[in-house]
Amino acid sequence: MKFGVIFLIIVLIGYQGFTQGKSKDIQTIDFENFSTFLNNENDTIYVINFWATWCAPCIEELPVFEQINQIYKNKSFKMLLVSLDFKSMKTSRLIPFVEKNNLQATVIHLYEPDANSWINKIDTSWTGAIPATLIYKGKKRWFKEGQITYNELYQTINQLLK
Amino acid sequence: MKKIILSLTLLFITFLSFGQGYEVGAKAQDFNLLSTEGKMVSMADFKEAKGIIIIFTCNSCPYSIAYEDRKIALHNQFAPLGYPVIALNPNDSIVQPKDSFTKMVERASQKSFPFNYLLDTDQKYAKIYGATRTPHVFVLSKENNEFIVKYIGAIDDNFEDASAVTKHYVQDAVNSLLEGKTPEISSTKAIGCGIKFKK
Repeated sequence: MKFGVIFLIIVLIGYQGFTQGKSKDIQTIDFENFSTFLNNENDTIYVINFWATWCAPCIEELPVFEQINQIYKNKSFKMLLVSLDFKSMKTSRLIPFVEKNNLQATVIHLYEPDANSWINKIDTSWTGAIPATLIYKGKKRWFKEGQITYNELYQTINQLLK
Repeated sequence: MKKIILSLTLLFITFLSFGQGYEVGAKAQDFNLLSTEGKMVSMADFKEAKGIIIIFTCNSCPYSIAYEDRKIALHNQFAPLGYPVIALNPNDSIVQPKDSFTKMVERASQKSFPFNYLLDTDQKYAKIYGATRTPHVFVLSKENNEFIVKYIGAIDDNFEDASAVTKHYVQDAVNSLLEGKTPEISSTKAIGCGIKFKK
């Protein structure tokens, strides 16, 4: 009996550890739901990066975002890594990628195929190529299509902190 | 002095067009680029064409791959009506080795591309046209022996699921042109892989 209980506890702990390590739950949302992140009029700085697991320059710059997130995560700061991966790639590529690289910033999966209907709502200068990054606080907005450097990100955020 | 002003003006114009690329209504520049068949191909070779569907695309980008069969279908539908597809790969093969000329030849033969698949050496025409991502379409219509840009953007409104497409942007644009009308939607945006320019 005693052994049975101990065994059960071990199994439960093991299971919990397993699910904690494994279940990086990534939400898939459409643009309507995603748009709630785009126009918050509060003191929070939002850093929204559009990327995908198949996009080499995106993957290259992810460590920069993770570093910045570590620095600012305890301030009024919110980082979103918005994956534009195909629906069919979510379980085969996106979730394994996020787990393997142990990404700490919040990852969401935006799936709204008719991108023509929403690209301009992020920024009218965006042609649709990724990576692309939107940073804003209240009405102050900054957008870049293409890779971003650590200094660019750091300086833009610091300007908004003032 | 005049010469200097002229060359400065030219330089300025070049600089402007370099950054901006084409808008609808622009005259598109012809090219002479190597195809996967080993021939040099220009738009001028298509003497009977009423226009050309230029697609900046590549081997490696998942969006370009997802659209492969639809690119073939576009060519098969519209080449007989005077609008052939010409595909241009603008990616630098040092940045993305899957987009080398050898890999292009392989892919073209695997998929039996019915259209010309050309290497945009030094990304010259991606820059001139203002293509930023793959796939990026420019529908051109021939007017007085000039190719005029009539539509810029996406092929349709669903990259992943061809059966769920509701807006066939390129098909609609070409059909309008064939009827002598201006395309109702002349530009669209889409998510795509950024073109791998030389570093």
